[in-house]
Amino acid sequence: MRPAGRHALGWWGLILPAFLLMTAFYVAPILQVLAISFTEPQPGLGNYERLLTSESVQRVIGTTLRIGVVTTAIALLLGYALAYRIALSGPRAQRWWLLAVLVPLWISVLVRAFAWVTLLRRQGLVNQGLMAAGAIEQPLALVWNEFGIVVGMVHYMVPYAVLPMLSAMREIDPRVLAAARGLGAGRAGAFLRVFLPLSLPGVIAAGVLVFIFSLGFYITPAILGGGKTLMAAEWIKLQILDLIRWGLGAMLATVLVVAILATLAVFSRLVNLRRLFGAGG
Amino acid sequence: MGGHRPGWLSAWVSWATVLYLLLPITIILPVSLTDQRFLSLPYEALSLQHYARLLTTPAWTDAIGQSALIASASTLVAVVLGTACAIGCWRLSRRSTELVRALMLLPIIIPSIAYAVGLYRYFARLGLLDSFTGVVVAHGVTGIPYVVITVSTALAAFDPRLESAARGMGATLAQTLRWVILPRIMPGIVSGAIFAFIHSWDELVVVLFIASRRVFTLPRKIWDGINENLDPAMAAVAVLLVGMTVLLLLLDLALRRQRAD
Repeated sequence: MRPAGRHALGWWGLILPAFLLMTAFYVAPILQVLAISFTEPQPGLGNYERLLTSESVQRVIGTTLRIGVVTTAIALLLGYALAYRIALSGPRAQRWWLLAVLVPLWISVLVRAFAWVTLLRRQGLVNQGLMAAGAIEQPLALVWNEFGIVVGMVHYMVPYAVLPMLSAMREIDPRVLAAARGLGAGRAGAFLRVFLPLSLPGVIAAGVLVFIFSLGFYITPAILGGGKTLMAAEWIKLQILDLIRWGLGAMLATVLVVAILATLAVFSRLVNLRRLFGAGG
Repeated sequence: MGGHRPGWLSAWVSWATVLYLLLPITIILPVSLTDQRFLSLPYEALSLQHYARLLTTPAWTDAIGQSALIASASTLVAVVLGTACAIGCWRLSRRSTELVRALMLLPIIIPSIAYAVGLYRYFARLGLLDSFTGVVVAHGVTGIPYVVITVSTALAAFDPRLESAARGMGATLAQTLRWVILPRIMPGIVSGAIFAFIHSWDELVVVLFIASRRVFTLPRKIWDGINENLDPAMAAVAVLLVGMTVLLLLLDLALRRQRAD
């Protein structure tokens, strides 16, 4: 029995404040970005023309996509093994494994980037350790390049990859696996022909999520890239705060938002954000 | 799972992944206890000097205080509005409220850099740049999704007939909320509050754009530290942050377990 007419008004009243605040202070600023991208420095499609003509814009988009794809692939691979392991453990072990995923998920991005810098820089702990062990003579360039960015980004994304895959794996009926084994499938056979296909929706959801998060990522690439490898978000910041080229920055921000929303719309049936954040228990 | 056990490959990869997730975070603890003046492992003895410096340097304590204040205020905004909205959407549950709920999730999906750029211009016109109110509004709005998600999850387990019964017996909307709905979904609200708090406490990108001198949060201070001088006080503050996040998460897990029992 759903409330209707006068009765429904009170419930709409509960929704209203959040709706108004969200419209006035979230949607409006985002639309402002869209407006700027068409009006500055002069009205028209000039900024978008740069997508086709400017080498620097194309290079940033290329870098962002490349790092996004690499990060997503590695995060999915590691995340899948972890989710599989968690799904097959007993309830008590599951709780511990899950904690190991959730703690990094909520730890400050800055703290994690800082930890990676401590470990990976020239005088960092990894290089010192390797040199003390005699494995290398010169410190390796582990950070302030694309390698460092990927290490830090995968670290950030693995938990986001695990949670949707885990929730898909939990819906697989264990009796299906038992049946496969009973019918003579080996462990590898049961996994490849039964478990993997059934978990595929979770893999796709995780892939979409990780990929769209990587596209707009700012802090980790900015710190671990050391300003040499520019991804979209840092490039936008550079255009706006340092070069005061509002139109160009707003254009790429708009492209980013549209690309993300379009990806999400295509996969909307597979990606359930609510499930992701409800999956902690 | 039905006698199906993971093989050695997945066991090996999953252990390696967990170590990769956790070890870099734990490394900051020994570094924060170093007896040296630069970022390193302790040489001869463990020392708390960097913690002492952290807690006696006004620049750090001010930043911690400001962040705590902003995070508390914006959590309040997010919890009140997010909870009311989730309850309204749940009770009305029709196509239009599904759209409202999708709208509420946007801040998680849209990169904060895009929001920050727009907000910079928007706040400049409203005179909210570099103001406490401005940052609280921005963090409050972007904290709403976490509350909507956790409260909606809690409501999904709530029997709507209880609400109908209360209204049928003459309870007003306010009474129904106060005595029937809110007590049952309290764990979801607290979870949402925890996540909204962590969100604001850690938020950097928006702050980089809309705050400058008057509002200086802890993430801003850490950001400057990483870019200018890496010193062990950073490791000390990192340890405090991690400690706080872990405590809040354990609190949340305990609450969830209580709810499950």
